Amino acid sequence: MSIQVDHVTKRFGTFTVLNDVNLHVQSGELIALLGPSGCGKTTLLRILAGLERPDQGRIFLQGAEVTNQRITERQVGFVFQHYALFRHMTVADNVAFGLTVKPRAQRPSAARIQEKVRELLTLVQLQAMADRYPSQLSGGQRQRVALARALAVEPKLLLLDEPFGALDAKVRKELRRWLRRLHDELHITGILVTHDQEEALEVADRVVVMHQGNIEQIGTPDEVYENPATPFVYQFLGDVNVFHGRVSHGHVGKAEHHIASSEVESLSDEHEVTFVRPHDLELSLDRTTPAQLEATVQFINGAGARVHLELESKDSAEMIAVELTRERYRELKLQPGDVVFLYPKQLQVFRVPTT
Amino acid sequence: MSLFSSTTTADKSLQWKDSITTESALVRRLLIGAASLFLTLFLLIPLMAIFTEALKHGLAAYLSSFADDDALAAIRLTLLVAAIAVPLNALFGVAAAWAIAKFDFVGKQILISLIDIPLAVSPVISGLIYVLLFGAQGWLGPWLLDHDIKIIFALPGIVLATIFVTVPFVARELIPLMQSQGREEEEAALTLGASGWQMFTRVTLPNIKWSLLYGVILCNARAMGEFGAVSVVSGHIRGLTNTMPLHVEILYNEYNAVAAFAVASLLTLLAIVTLIAKTVIERKTASHDRRKI
Amino acid sequence: MNIILKQPSVLPGFSLALGFTLFYFCLIVLIPLSGLFVKTSGLSWDQFWNVITDPRAVASYKLTFGASLVGALINGVFGSIIAWVLVRYHFPGRSVVDALVDLPFALPTAVAGITLTSIYASNGWIGRYLEPLGIQVAFTPLGVLVALTFIGLPFVVRTVQPVLQDLDREVEEAATTLGANRWQTFWAVVVPELWPALLTGIAMAFARAVGEYGSVIFIAGNMPMKSEITPLLIMTKLEQYDYAGATALGVVMLVVSFVLALIINLLQWWSSARHMNQ
Repeated sequence: MSIQVDHVTKRFGTFTVLNDVNLHVQSGELIALLGPSGCGKTTLLRILAGLERPDQGRIFLQGAEVTNQRITERQVGFVFQHYALFRHMTVADNVAFGLTVKPRAQRPSAARIQEKVRELLTLVQLQAMADRYPSQLSGGQRQRVALARALAVEPKLLLLDEPFGALDAKVRKELRRWLRRLHDELHITGILVTHDQEEALEVADRVVVMHQGNIEQIGTPDEVYENPATPFVYQFLGDVNVFHGRVSHGHVGKAEHHIASSEVESLSDEHEVTFVRPHDLELSLDRTTPAQLEATVQFINGAGARVHLELESKDSAEMIAVELTRERYRELKLQPGDVVFLYPKQLQVFRVPTT
Repeated sequence: MSLFSSTTTADKSLQWKDSITTESALVRRLLIGAASLFLTLFLLIPLMAIFTEALKHGLAAYLSSFADDDALAAIRLTLLVAAIAVPLNALFGVAAAWAIAKFDFVGKQILISLIDIPLAVSPVISGLIYVLLFGAQGWLGPWLLDHDIKIIFALPGIVLATIFVTVPFVARELIPLMQSQGREEEEAALTLGASGWQMFTRVTLPNIKWSLLYGVILCNARAMGEFGAVSVVSGHIRGLTNTMPLHVEILYNEYNAVAAFAVASLLTLLAIVTLIAKTVIERKTASHDRRKI
Repeated sequence: MNIILKQPSVLPGFSLALGFTLFYFCLIVLIPLSGLFVKTSGLSWDQFWNVITDPRAVASYKLTFGASLVGALINGVFGSIIAWVLVRYHFPGRSVVDALVDLPFALPTAVAGITLTSIYASNGWIGRYLEPLGIQVAFTPLGVLVALTFIGLPFVVRTVQPVLQDLDREVEEAATTLGANRWQTFWAVVVPELWPALLTGIAMAFARAVGEYGSVIFIAGNMPMKSEITPLLIMTKLEQYDYAGATALGVVMLVVSFVLALIINLLQWWSSARHMNQ
């Protein structure tokens, strides 16, 4: 089912949670709404489900306006962060709930409901748990029950509110791969809310990055990671070095950081912020061009696939994070206290409104 | 978790209003109407009636009810009884809560249940047991008579019955609070070199002061207002063993309604002060720590 | 004293605190209470049985337990509605109403007794409107019911209210997203959660009502066989120096109270055990 969000605004009191948001989701897509706490992502999801009503704007599902439609008529499945399982019902009863509350005319027979529950529990790999109560399950199992319960009513749209937020790291990774496979099998339109950028980039077809009630960028995981549209997206999607200050004559920074780049040179004297990812910084032991930034190695963390360095800039005494491959690190034979010269392989400059 | 799924009480209730998880306006109005009717009938009208009856013949008649010697004696006796019973029960409450909340010992659950016994017992029985013990025909009756000690139909009996009825109140306020606070702060105080007494007065007491205060206020209200148990042991001797509630009874039975309601209005004011104290203290502790009441 | 500690503790004062607690509690509560049972043993079984099955006593049980049960059930219904309204709705004066719910708990029972009597007497504020309808409240068993309903009110509200407050809103939303209407959501999701607390509250209101004395005796009329509650019968026997009779009835009441306290404890345990899950 395709979704159209049209100029939606939502306020709680004087606080604007969603500010004129527009979004189009194609049928069968899996979309991630990504952003920090309070960015409005959950509110947008709840508006799509019909749990909240927008103050302004309209919602279309499959081309038909549903803004004022009641939640029960929208045919959406909603999965809650804390599962919201009915704790006095067994797993099977939880899954069957949506079918048993249907009006008598539309309600499947008891045998059909039983069969449907068995199918769904097989789908979420919990056949053996049918007669248990939610309190007897692990967090990951509970979330799978919640998913089966949401799927039982055959929704056209599946909405997931931080579905893995309450789980520990390992289970979270397993479950999100499983969710991706499930989505590929069922081809159901899905929207997933998360604050975990790794999760969003791994699971979703497209990522919607939100910040303070606005959509900052919409794109495939590659697009948003490689070409962040705004400083916020740049910072939110991974570690980044930020160089504040004016850019003049190709030099960045208030202390004239000598980072040379054609992109920087093309800009005139304006308030700019320059972003460089730690793995986009190249190190050398000798100065090869005069524009390079001089820094001292302060701290080396060699645990893991890549080596993380903390450098102190000579001019501004700011900390700069650098990520190297193991090979490059061995080549350079770096020790704390060594003086190195930095060169960005890739950077991005944003204009910031002068305050 | 997004900011707006947070579940602090304030914004939760704010959201219920336009949330889909609420009833239709008609049902809402019916429920509020039913609740209002019931509360008006059982709480509001009685409350208004007390003061209306007391002031039926004007302020002068109201005030003259207190000029009576017997009324003054009843007020003095009630204050005296509370002054003995409440501090003792407060001490008991703190000691019991300290032992129960900060230590693990055999039979703790049983002790917690036992403490509530006085609340489960009919006030008449609370008085009866002391009559059986200390009354003229009681176990210790003859011995007390020989030594000319009067307990039943005298102050000690009234105090004992009052203590019995109000034993649990301070402890009940403190135990759940102190259990939720754990023992880490006290342990920290000890590692920093505090003596046991310093630990108690500078760490424990400040942490429990509001609940202790409310426990004491509630205990006091119940002590001053106790009727059934005191009625059994008092003997109703005017000017001597009549507490305020007993005096209310006597005046009422003598068809002196204005005086009865005048004394009753004092006790009602005490109850209202208790309710206000509860509300204020609950707000205070709710903002200090977010514990559920 | 330290042998009964399950875990040694660095905190001081355990022996002192527990020692004082047990000493005080035994002295004030346990020893006097056990005296009641010892005193009864002075009666032969036949005597005891005759006292407690005397028609006047039986009539008083019927009234006491009957009116207490009806009052507790009325409180079950209205207490739940009040708790619901207080937690879920916003209206002016909500915090005043919230505080006022505890009035029956804080108001001396004698004051409640004379007040209810004057309101429901035939010339009282409410009584004068009921009299023409042929309904007599004061000095009838109906008056007993009014008084027992009054004193039981806070129990149901105060046990249901916190559970309602803690109820996870998401669970109700989940039911709605699965297609349940409000009524279905209420019965399938909300009621099962409230049930243990509601039963606890009703049991507590009932237990409190069974022993109640002060608020009842004024409004009851106290006619033997008709509007006489058991605690009053005990009182009457005491005034006639029938200590044995009073004790026998006292034991019956005490046993009932203990059984009720046990039931309430079990209900609370059930309720909190359910709360622990999830």
